Parts: sequence; C-alpha cells; structure tokens
Amino acid sequence: MTAPASPPTKRDWSWRSRHVRGLLYQLIALGLIGLAVWFLAHNTLQNMRVRGIQSGFDFLSSPAGFDIGERMVPYESNDPYWMAFLIGILNTLRVALVGIVLTTILGTLLGIGRFSHNALVRGLCYAYVELFRNVPILLQLLMWYLVLIDGLPSPGQQVSVFGVFYLSNGGLSYPVPVWGLGQGLAAAGALVGVVLAWLWARRARLHFEQTGQPRPVLLPAVGLVIGCALGGWLAGGAPTAWSIPAPGGFSMEGGSSLTPEFIAVLLGLTLYTASYVAEVVRAGIASVPRGQAEAASALGLSKGQQMRLVSLPQALRVIIPPMTNQFLNLTKNSSLAVAIGYPDVVSISNTAINQTGRAVECISIIMLVYLTTSLCTSVLMNWYNKRSAIKER
Amino acid sequence: MPKKPLTRLALAAVCATGMLATLPAHAGKTLDAIKARGQLVCGVNEGLAGFSAADSQGKWAGLDVDVCKAIAAAILGDANKVKWVPLNAQQRFTALQSGEIDILSRNTTWTLTRDASLGLNFTGVTYYDGQGFMVPAKLNLKSAKQLKGATVCVQSGTTTEKNLTDFSRANNLNVKPVVFEKQEASTGAYFSGRCVAFTTDASGLASIRNKEAKNPAEHVILPDLISKEPLGPAVRRGDDEFFAIAKWVQFALIEAEDYGVTQANVDTMMKSDNPAVGRILGSTEDTGKLLGLDKNWAANAIKAVGNYGEMFERNVGPKSPLGLPRGLNNLWSNGGLMYAPPVR
Repeated sequence: MTAPASPPTKRDWSWRSRHVRGLLYQLIALGLIGLAVWFLAHNTLQNMRVRGIQSGFDFLSSPAGFDIGERMVPYESNDPYWMAFLIGILNTLRVALVGIVLTTILGTLLGIGRFSHNALVRGLCYAYVELFRNVPILLQLLMWYLVLIDGLPSPGQQVSVFGVFYLSNGGLSYPVPVWGLGQGLAAAGALVGVVLAWLWARRARLHFEQTGQPRPVLLPAVGLVIGCALGGWLAGGAPTAWSIPAPGGFSMEGGSSLTPEFIAVLLGLTLYTASYVAEVVRAGIASVPRGQAEAASALGLSKGQQMRLVSLPQALRVIIPPMTNQFLNLTKNSSLAVAIGYPDVVSISNTAINQTGRAVECISIIMLVYLTTSLCTSVLMNWYNKRSAIKER
Repeated sequence: MPKKPLTRLALAAVCATGMLATLPAHAGKTLDAIKARGQLVCGVNEGLAGFSAADSQGKWAGLDVDVCKAIAAAILGDANKVKWVPLNAQQRFTALQSGEIDILSRNTTWTLTRDASLGLNFTGVTYYDGQGFMVPAKLNLKSAKQLKGATVCVQSGTTTEKNLTDFSRANNLNVKPVVFEKQEASTGAYFSGRCVAFTTDASGLASIRNKEAKNPAEHVILPDLISKEPLGPAVRRGDDEFFAIAKWVQFALIEAEDYGVTQANVDTMMKSDNPAVGRILGSTEDTGKLLGLDKNWAANAIKAVGNYGEMFERNVGPKSPLGLPRGLNNLWSNGGLMYAPPVR
C-alpha cells in the first residue's frame, strides 16, 4: 500500500485558517488548566502558611520513630521516614506481584474451565466467577481476615504439619534453608538452568519448524533447571542446614513466616481479581472463530494442543489489553489492605501524616507511588501486547 | 507608563479576585460565626464510652462532650446548641484546620509537634492520661516488660505507635505492632487473639474493656503506664479571642470545683459573700465582658455540666461504668494536677 499523494501544503498563518485556530484553542485550554493547577497549589500553600501549618518534604530525612511489623529489608525505628515509606512500597509491591502471578494462573484456568466438556467443571467455574465478582473487595478482605484470625487456633495451640509447618492465627511459619555458599551456588545453578532450558526450547522450535518433527520440551527443561541447581548445591558442599520454626514465648522462633494480614490480603485480591481475569480469558477464547479449532482438529491435533497451539495464541491478542486493566486494579485495590492492618504504603503514610501533620505531602507520595507502578505495568503490558499482536509480513 | 483605564481596571479586578480567594477568614471571627449560626460545631470521637459516645437516641455524652456543652452554654446560653461531628484519628486535625469544626474535643494528646506545626492551639488539659496495655488475664502477666516478642494491636493515627516503639526499644522487647486504620478493627483483632496485647491510653483501655469485651474480667490492664498523655481540646490558630474563651471556660469549671460551686447550688452561690465566687458567677464583677461573653457565662456553663469534679464523676469516675480513679486528675489541693489560674 502506498501513501496517498499529499496535496502541496502551504502553511496559512491567517486567523481564518483552521490550523491556526485549532492551535489557539489548544493553547487556551492548556493555559486554563495550568492556571487552575497553579491557583490550587498557590492557594493551598498560602492558606497553610497563614494558618501556621508547616509544609515541605524535609521530614523525609528525619527519624520515623515507629516500628513496622512486617518488612522485607532491615529497618529500625530510628531510620528516616523515607526508609519507612520504602518498606511500605515494598510491602505493596510484594502483595501486588505475587497477587498478579497467582491471579493470572487461577483466572486462566477458570476461564478455560468455562469451555470444559464436563458440566460440573463448567458449572463450578461459572459459580465461582459470579460469586466472587459480585461481592465488594473490601468485604472479601475483611471476611478472609476474620476467617483467619477467628477460625485458626491461637499461637499457643497452633496446628503443626510434620513438625516443620505451623499454622495459627499468628500466621503460617515454615522452614527456610540457612543461607550459605551452597544455597547461593544452587540459586546460580538454577539461573543457568533456566537459560539452558530457554536455549533448548528455541532449538526444539527451530527443529520443528524445519522438519515438522516435534521434540519434547517440558521434561528436558525442568530437568535442566533441577539438574543445574542440584549441581550448584553439591559444588557448594551440599549444606543441609534448615532453620525450622519452633514455638517459643509469644511467637514462633526460627524459620520464616507469613502474617495473617498478608495471607488475607493476598487471598482476597487474588480470588476477587481472578473472577474478572476468568471472564477476560473466556471472552478472548470465545473470540477465536470455531473454524480454527475445527481446522486444528482436522489436522489431528489433540484437544490440549488445539487450546495451547491454536486457540490461546490468537486469544492472547484480545486478552492482553483488558488483562492490563485487571493487573492495575489488583495493584490499586491493595490499598484497601490498611483496613486489616497490613503495613502497605497507605498504612505507613497514615502514620506519617499523623506524626508529622504533612498530609498534602504524604498523600502526594501515595499518588506518585501508585501512578508509577501503574504506568510501569502499562508499559510492560503494552510491550507484550505489541509482541503478541498480529505480525504483518 | 500610561495605561488604558480599562486595562488598569481589569488588572485591579484580577488582583482583587486573587486576594479574595487566597485570604482565609479574618482572624477573631470564630465567636461571631458561632453566634451568627447559633451553634457551636464540635469535633468528637466516633465512640469512646466515657469521653464521647452517642446513645441509642443519638444524644452525646462524655467528658469531651461536656467540654463542648460548657463552651456552648457560655457563649450561647444553651448547652444543646452544639453540632457534633464524629471524627476518626486521621480526620481530626484536617477538620479543625479547614474550619469544618470550631473546636476539637476528642481525647487528643498535647505534644510539641502538634502544637507547633499543625496550625492549632491546645486550650488546656481535661484528662491526664498515660498509655497502657491490656492483655488476657489467663496469661498471668504482671508487667508490660514481659511482652518480649509479642504482637501488639494498635490503631493508626495516634501517638500510641511511637510510644510503643520507644518502650520496646528502651526495654529491648522487640514487639511487633499490627496497625489498623479503625479502632474497631484493632480491638476486634485483639479480642480474636491475633495480638497478645492491645495498647492505647489507659482511659481508653478501661472504656474498651468495659464496652467491647465479652467478659471484662477476662482482660487485665497492666499497671505500667509508658507515656504521658495529657488530653485536651484544641482550636484553630490565629483566633486569640476564641482561644481565650475555650481556655477560660475550662479554667472556670476547675475554679468552680475549687470554690465548691456545683450544678445544684449555682443559683444559691450567686448570693455568696466570697468575692472569688462572685467574680466566677458574674454576680459581682462582669468577667464575661472581657471575653466578649455575657456576664453569667461561667454560671451557664456550670449549670449545664457541673464543675470539673462533677463532670469527671459522672462520665469516668469510680461510680461510672468505667470506674477510673481520680488520680492525677484530682484538684491540685487534693494532690492532683488540676490547677486553674484565677478568674480575676
């Protein structure tokens, strides 16, 4: 296709030209918006000054002075406020990332389940979606939290599984390996294994495209990853030290643990968002014409292969854009975690606002954090969308 | 530079609009505003029995509530002319700063940061409190210092989080706070056993144990008080007249107890020979004029809620459901801290 020959353009800078008027309107609109923003900001600052309310971001470097119950990096109460905010942001990202992965898996399975030939599976998936997407997320979070703290035994009478996992309303404690050279090498080995597995999968695909002979992919890939990790572990002296949790005092000692707050937020967000993802996936699959599946069937592909090789790749193009929305929703809904005591960025900001009185500053930090994570997710998903879009050759 | 008159006019108009919009209400107008609308707008706790709580008929009662009632009676002559605005811990300062309420009477701790940087003035102390811990009685704990490694439920937006952290550091306890946005959520988590202890001001603990625990005897309040929590009302900065009124109504209530003026005897005390009583009640000297109030401002306040001692007994004292001892909140002459400058 060739571009239509454009008529010779000569910029007409007179008032009557549509081009100039359009530009003018846009400038006026932009100016008005700018003025409104300036007016609001100026007014706020002026009023705060007159009323003797101190403002500014300088508080970020002064000591926070409060503890945070759940943290992924070391933090002391005399660390500065920005460290406290960082802990909050990491807690938000932690629940959002794990939530997105689990939601995608669960939602995809549920969406595919809606096409099952088994009426029970189909019905269950349908019931799930209708149940979970029609109850407000805040209620679901509160419900899971109540179930966890009221339904589970108190830390004195925790349920023990094999004597290494402990479950109580203080959380889930589990053993972790004591980090050493062996574990480091094992992790490095696993990484090498992933790269090798990827190379193997690429070769297998090229081989298939050239000869039409399929090569096994899944088993060798898993084998490569496990083998390399095992090799690294052996090379590091095969350490077997584990830190196993044991009941002590008021809480579990040793091992690592998930708090009921984290579990409740994760469970609530995942189960809720998965119902939407299931609908997105179902719509995507339904958008692939029947003829595609019939053609695949005529070529002798099995049911699973039809789904995996023919229907899903085409459905992906329809699925990805609304999926981005769901990921963004999950991340933003995580701000409701404050209701059940999970120390996310909103919870930390609430405390900071109360201690410093810098409400405007703290709220803008929250907004900036959610805006940044949302934009990053969008950029990533747009890139993936472009990749899986129809390639016009 | 000569300018066209029209341009100059336009410029002036723009400037004037800007001034109007950017300047806040003129200082000293709170009293006029209250008189004009015939109502005092008072920010209170959403529900803390003994301090501020609404009953089934929507009538508010409590120590913090009585402070507002007394001020309304002093200004408007009627203790019922109050609009109650229930606020949570995070909303309270913004509500006062933005002018949504005239006075914040919501068990708020007076601290330097709040006094100096939030654009408000604390008008005095209505209850001397300290932060304590509530734990299940079956744990047989004797001191808060035994809470090593324990999870502690806290409500966010309070001074409590910081005190807990300081106490934990000083005693090397490594307690793990679980912070909730709402008080119901934090007490709910404690009563379900998520936390070993619940911490807030000792008066609040007594109120919560009495009102929310299924069986109050199953919970004990540990004797340790880990902080000073002087609770008092606050007003917006920049209105010295209203600041003075709020301050002196509280002082008058304490003075009344000092001189034995009660809700019941206020009318007969009008004829008292004691010149100090005459000044308080306005029967001899008009102290109200200096504050911009009626002559019998303090008499009206005392008629509405009684003197400070009566307020305490009725709402939180040993005979009330909370059963708190008078302790630090006794008059200075009885070994407490309640002392008012003279109404003179």
